[in-house]
Amino acid sequence: MTILNDPVSAKLGDRAQLSYITSQAADARLNVELETEGMTLNIGPQNPATHGTLRIIARLDGEQVLWAEPSCGYMHRGYEKLTEVRSFPQVTSLINRIDWLGSFANEVPFILAAEKLMGVEAPPRAQWIRTILFELSRIANVSLFLGDLGVQLGAITPVFMAFRDREYVLNLIESATGGRFHPNFDRIGGLKDDLPAGWIDETKSVMKKLRNFCDEIESLLFGNEIFQSRTRGIGVIPRDVAMQYGLSGANLRASGVDWDLRRDQDSPMAWNKVDFKVWTHPDGDSFARCWVRLQETREATKIVDQLLDGIPAGPVMAKVPKIIKVPEGEAWVSTENPLGEMGYYVVSRGDSGPFRVKIRSASFNNISITPWLLRGVYVPDIITILASLYFILGDIDR
Amino acid sequence: MRLLKRKGAVNQLSSPAEITPVVDTVRDQVLADVQATLGTAVLDSLVKAGDDIWIRVSTQSWNASMQKLQAMGFDYFCFLSAIDWMPSPFGRGEDDPTEPAPERDTTIRPGYTGGDTRMQMLVRLVNSRTHVGINVKTDVPNEIYTVDSIANVFAGANWHEREAHEMFGIGFAGHPDLRNMYLPTDFEGFPMRKDFPLLARMVKPWPGIVDVEPLPGGDAESEEAS
Repeated sequence: MTILNDPVSAKLGDRAQLSYITSQAADARLNVELETEGMTLNIGPQNPATHGTLRIIARLDGEQVLWAEPSCGYMHRGYEKLTEVRSFPQVTSLINRIDWLGSFANEVPFILAAEKLMGVEAPPRAQWIRTILFELSRIANVSLFLGDLGVQLGAITPVFMAFRDREYVLNLIESATGGRFHPNFDRIGGLKDDLPAGWIDETKSVMKKLRNFCDEIESLLFGNEIFQSRTRGIGVIPRDVAMQYGLSGANLRASGVDWDLRRDQDSPMAWNKVDFKVWTHPDGDSFARCWVRLQETREATKIVDQLLDGIPAGPVMAKVPKIIKVPEGEAWVSTENPLGEMGYYVVSRGDSGPFRVKIRSASFNNISITPWLLRGVYVPDIITILASLYFILGDIDR
Repeated sequence: MRLLKRKGAVNQLSSPAEITPVVDTVRDQVLADVQATLGTAVLDSLVKAGDDIWIRVSTQSWNASMQKLQAMGFDYFCFLSAIDWMPSPFGRGEDDPTEPAPERDTTIRPGYTGGDTRMQMLVRLVNSRTHVGINVKTDVPNEIYTVDSIANVFAGANWHEREAHEMFGIGFAGHPDLRNMYLPTDFEGFPMRKDFPLLARMVKPWPGIVDVEPLPGGDAESEEAS
């Protein structure tokens, strides 16, 4: 019936029409023979594209993904519940472990929220050192991403370079705070300690090394033809979709949104004292996300350099009561963490501990786009797309 | 710039010039626009100068309010969550498990912008052009614990609603897929509700509850200040 109404066959004679129908039927038979049975592919929980354990269930048609869904919960530790049975100063040791590669950055928004509720403000020197350590944890975090990116694409060298150069930054964090991964250094009203002697000069030389590292990675990876062909035009997130899913950080800026919380919101931190560029990319593909992160790492080293030159003198701790009781109220504070916008909605009832803390972690929103994003891509691209979204499992599950 | 000054605020180094206005014209204007758009759906509102905006909308208009807010420029979905306003009958885990638990006051008292129910939804939206955020609350009817899903307005709310569903036991009418994200399928109870005990504390009291670490800069007289 459909064939007779077909404009192509209507123009042909009877004989030609018959051969046309036969060829159509042959094509249809061929299609039936080539049609593969749908397959469900399980990726993970352990796989090299994740910092932690994330399982992805993908329904495939041949090489193409029909439907994919990440399955979280392997790292769920219930921090929101645990904060309700702890006092305010004790909470920082928990939230250190949310994004474990940039731990210090996790403490800052919570402490700022508590300070906002108490009406306490840390002295300028503490704010500057906080900002420096914040940016150092960004560098430590994202430099590992840049190295890890190579592993996803089968290049092993960048990851060794990343581990080598990240160690310099971790040593700095350790010498200032006493902890390589979990500093627990931020206090309500300031910092635990001042910087050790000679730290500023040491940091400046390390920042030079990290800029060299960024240059090396840029020439090694970003100029590479294989890297470009595997990431350009893959996993494109348009601006509107990114906003609806609440993507943040480099993932949002790679979709062309010029929005950085360090620049665009009032904060007691020292970001408004320095001059830096917010990098964006119009493409929204995997390459753009990786590229924005590379530029941000380099920019962070420049921020640290500027801050080191201008650290004000003075105490690192404001006067706060020994037993901290936070007045009743609600406060929301978020900062631009290595992975994106991290915020805490803190509800206090005038007690020594919080009544409710909602932890808004960047990776949870960033990864919630994957069912939308992975539909229709090819299997090898799953890995590069996940790598370019960059999430840390502790940051998804909390 | 810290705008909000409270009684007893400790600030050693701020000069009088830094004392900031109590009037926040930007946020007042945003709230006026929101109230004009949403009309009677807004039950209560609060602006803290230089800090944030809170509004509470009626439960029936929850989905419609989100659509209107999105249309008027609040196009960035930050997060969705719930708050259980009933104080925990288990306190903060400081009880000795061998002793009978003391009676605690579990009267429900809502936070900013009030409320009549035990559970409240909380959504934060941000205007991507002006970078002004707004916290939107709505009451979740007691016993029924169901509100409309907003996943059709903000696609990102899908996962947040799944999380709130398993943690608070709140149903979302119209949600495409309310499977558990974290907990096993046959898990009973809703962990983030205040009447769900933290079992680790039921077995052994938390030793850290009495721990007071001396802070640098703190001295004996400031202890009395609390």
